[in-house]
Amino acid sequence: MNHGAGGRATAQLVSELFARAFDNPWLAQGDDGAVLPAPEPGERLVMATDGHVVSPLFFPGGDIGSLAVHGTVNDLAVMGARPLYLSASFILEEGYPLADLKRIVDAMAEASRSVGVPVVTGDTKVVEQGKGDGVFIATTGVGALPPGRAPGGASARPGDVVLVSGSMGDHGMAILAVREALAFDSEIRSDSAPLACLVETLYAAVPADAIRVLRDPTRGGLATTLNEIARQSGAGMLIDEAAIPVHPQVEAACELLGLDPLYLANEGKLIVVCAPEHAEAALAAMRAHPRGRDAARIGTVIADDHHFVQLRTALGGMRMLDWLSGEPLPRIC
Amino acid sequence: MSEDTSTSPRQPRFERRRFYVRGVVQGVGFRPFVYRLAQELELSGWVRNDGGGVEIEVQGTAGNLSALAARLRGEAPPLARIDTLESELREFDPADHGFTITASRGGEITTAISHDAAVCPDCLREMFDPSNRRWRYPFINCTHCGPRYTLTHGLPYDRVNTSMAAFALCPDCAHEYASPRDRRFHAEPNACPECGPRLGLLEGFGITVATRDPVAETLLRLLCGEIVAVKGVGGFHLMCDARNPEAVGRLRERKSRENKPFALMVANLESARHWARLSSTDEQLLAAPERPVVLCDKRPSVDQELWGVAPALAAVGLMLPYTPLHYLLFHDYAGRPPGTEWLRRPLDLALVCTSANPGGEPLVTGNREATRRLMGIADAYLIHDRDIVVRCDDSVVRSLPAVRAGDDGVQFIRRSRGYTPRALRLTEKGPAVLAFGGLLKNALCLTRGDEAFLSQHIGDLESASACQALDEIAEHLQRILALSPEAVAHDLHPDFPSTRAAEALAERLGVPAFAVQHHHAHVAAVEAEHHHRGPVLGLALDGVGLGTDGQAWGGELLRVDGARFERLGHLAPLPLPGADKAAREPWRMAAAVLHRLGRGEEIAARFHEEQAAWRLAELIAAGTRCPPTTSLGRWFDAAAGLLGVCRRMGYEGEAAMRLETLAAEFGPVLPLHGRWRIAQGGSDGGTLDLLPLLAELADEPDAARGAALFHATLAAALEAWTLRAADLSGVRTVALSGGCFLNRLLSRDLSRRLASRGLTVLEARQVPPNDGGLALGQAHVARHLLTEGI
Ligand SMILES: [Fe+3]
Ligand SMILES: [Mg+2]
Ligand SMILES: [Zn+2]
Ligand SMILES: [Zn+2]
Repeated sequence: MNHGAGGRATAQLVSELFARAFDNPWLAQGDDGAVLPAPEPGERLVMATDGHVVSPLFFPGGDIGSLAVHGTVNDLAVMGARPLYLSASFILEEGYPLADLKRIVDAMAEASRSVGVPVVTGDTKVVEQGKGDGVFIATTGVGALPPGRAPGGASARPGDVVLVSGSMGDHGMAILAVREALAFDSEIRSDSAPLACLVETLYAAVPADAIRVLRDPTRGGLATTLNEIARQSGAGMLIDEAAIPVHPQVEAACELLGLDPLYLANEGKLIVVCAPEHAEAALAAMRAHPRGRDAARIGTVIADDHHFVQLRTALGGMRMLDWLSGEPLPRIC
Repeated sequence: MSEDTSTSPRQPRFERRRFYVRGVVQGVGFRPFVYRLAQELELSGWVRNDGGGVEIEVQGTAGNLSALAARLRGEAPPLARIDTLESELREFDPADHGFTITASRGGEITTAISHDAAVCPDCLREMFDPSNRRWRYPFINCTHCGPRYTLTHGLPYDRVNTSMAAFALCPDCAHEYASPRDRRFHAEPNACPECGPRLGLLEGFGITVATRDPVAETLLRLLCGEIVAVKGVGGFHLMCDARNPEAVGRLRERKSRENKPFALMVANLESARHWARLSSTDEQLLAAPERPVVLCDKRPSVDQELWGVAPALAAVGLMLPYTPLHYLLFHDYAGRPPGTEWLRRPLDLALVCTSANPGGEPLVTGNREATRRLMGIADAYLIHDRDIVVRCDDSVVRSLPAVRAGDDGVQFIRRSRGYTPRALRLTEKGPAVLAFGGLLKNALCLTRGDEAFLSQHIGDLESASACQALDEIAEHLQRILALSPEAVAHDLHPDFPSTRAAEALAERLGVPAFAVQHHHAHVAAVEAEHHHRGPVLGLALDGVGLGTDGQAWGGELLRVDGARFERLGHLAPLPLPGADKAAREPWRMAAAVLHRLGRGEEIAARFHEEQAAWRLAELIAAGTRCPPTTSLGRWFDAAAGLLGVCRRMGYEGEAAMRLETLAAEFGPVLPLHGRWRIAQGGSDGGTLDLLPLLAELADEPDAARGAALFHATLAAALEAWTLRAADLSGVRTVALSGGCFLNRLLSRDLSRRLASRGLTVLEARQVPPNDGGLALGQAHVARHLLTEGI
């Protein structure tokens, strides 16, 4: 591939590959931006952006293209918003195989179509060989926030219930397995998936103000996300290790590698902090949804000035589910 | 203030002097002692406690005043410690007659807090005298004994500042308390059956057992195989009859503690001799008023008669009773004889006596807390209504064969009850620094002037309650020393809760926070206790500490000079397959060594019991999740794994402890010379590689012989390595520190070897060589940083 410097080749690439894949009226206009209709009366706009740099670009259960859609759509969804539109910006490295690019763009288009969120504007830059890592994709999304919804990391209160929509650590372990060429008895697949529909199901099942916090536990995993919520809310949490769903293969791989699935990234999972009186309804609604079949109630929010997230271990002991300032460093003296 | 000692040869000269006594002088019977001296020396005046210690103002002949000064130092009560005695002349007052003890005066609090002590012989005599009003009273004490630190909220040490404030003295006790000649004069916890705390027995969910004799009932239950939580001085113990394997097994199961050794409480030294070979140092340690757990050489009787108490180890932890309540249990077992004769006769009762700290969390101290947190572990609770204010675990010590003069041959494994909060003397005065220690076996250290106060053992900071305890004890230390630190110190590791607590406090106080490298701190702790000045070689050998390069250090040869250190050399790195997981599974380290030996294909077959064995071999070959470490602890693990001694550890340090036990049983062997390599590295100490030794062990069929070869050759290798660095650097003093020096074989052998080569060897004596002593070193380095202005 050699389409640098905004030349004719790039224009041709954009029109042929991207326009065809993402095909929608806004993009088809070919203007510098997209003119979009106003949201419903009473709704507010929500905007989120995400840069995607993943290695490898293809992994079991997804690729950078679908991930770029899900990442931003999920950021909007956990704000309580209905995702409406996406923009995409590609940074491509010279020499990257067009066939692979086409696979990525097709997967991205498929993801965008299946969640019903079109890519309405975009941009492409090509950088010299060695200055990129194949493909980087930045996506920005716009969504509409219906009135009454205000999930926020600071809203958890003592007594609230903590729910997760499914198994933890699948994406992180899937990526690691490919990156380190680890073969397992059965393939570990990324959970990369959109959460918008699940979030709408949840809001249909319980009053909007019962949903205190929505989060997608991406980088840093469940442990890091729970710590963020605890600190933002000024509360502590008591989590029951045995209640947290983890796939047996992920568990076994973690055992071998000395990793904790609670610190591994997820790309299609929801953490819900919910008012206790609506927790059962929220759980039932999630379990009835295909993306929330394994949803579980994993703990409660407690009053704690230290904002500790405590884990009741399978053996009955208590341990801190701490946040890490970076990569886990060996610590046992 | 200086002492004017000129006296007239003919006429006795009269003068008046004010004495200032500093040290551990409050709550130890110091004022009655001064009162008695004043009477004998015909001095008039007064004595009082103040925030700084004790003040005495007396007048009499100059000769008797000098005699007073001498006898204050020479005859001080058993629990007192005088650090300084200063005096100044005052104006003689001809109208002053008689001697009085006056009320305490506030003021700047700098006095040392006194530690908890075992019940004294005088009190034992009284409590086993059927005619005494305190016959079998479980809370008997006097100014020479009993709990102090663990009862006290703050200074000055007065009853109102202790948990005895809730008990009003009866007339008899009040009389003792007010009588200057009485052993209980100002004994703050003074009490009797009329007015003092009482016992109670609970079972199940905290239901009171209807019994008139909770002690007898407790003993009965223990003898029937129950597990009873017994309230002690700094927290609860879990006790069971050590001779009942079923009870011991149940305790292990309920505590989820597979084979970690349990300590035993026995009635007296005569009983202890049945279970262990005691050196005279062991006997002194066991009987000391601090009453630590003493690790002693186990006799075969332990494994024959007390199944499963200390499996696969050469040592057994023994402890003598220290509260009157403990003594009552044994007294009941002996059939309640009158008098104290029975205390010198062996009793066959041995009680497992382990800290009630479920799941490795902090020790249980409160009654209601006990029934809540020990539910499902204890069958019953022997409680009382005197609150434990300050949590304090048992101390653990061990005697060491002395290798040179001046070495008192005692090593701390855990410095806590009985020793906390005694100050360690530092070389010089310096700024107040609060150091927060490491992650495991955490203890804090606050310095004041030329004193360092090491806190009690706080434990592993892996639970929220341990982290809360850290905060509480940090606050308590500052309060009882009436001191706000000018700086804080912590480990280099950013994710230790102790690091975060230190940073938070520094921010709140607006003072600097210093990150001190782990092994630098280990070496500095030894320097601090030995008052060493100037450069020193530091051999820091432990599990893992974060290095300045972000790697996992643990076998380090440093050149330390105050605030600075230089890494002269380190052990050859081994991969840690699965990072921290490898620190719990020695077979992983053995696999790592096999790989380095080019024998990776043996991994799957050698460790076929491990399902993941062949996968691990792949990981190691690919270098996946295998961060390097220079830790000596992991080399020990590898040796244990290769020799088939320990594949997975049930408790920290198990592999190394079992290896040491086997080596000790096998007996001394000659080291295998040439089975190590020191990679030359310019002017530095070089890299010490033990791979050739491990190659030897990989083919050694006799685990005990392999263990002995490992110890002997390791000591020889470390000697050669250290000597090389000493020759290159010209530094002839070496400080040995880090958890590996809890290994008695290694530490004795190496320190003998280095001393015989003319090096001055400094070892951890006042504080544990493991991470329990880290805070002292951190504080020491931080004080250097502050004063050297780096
Ligand atoms: Fe250490
Ligand atoms: Mg994002
Ligand atoms: Zn006494
Ligand atoms: Zn009384």
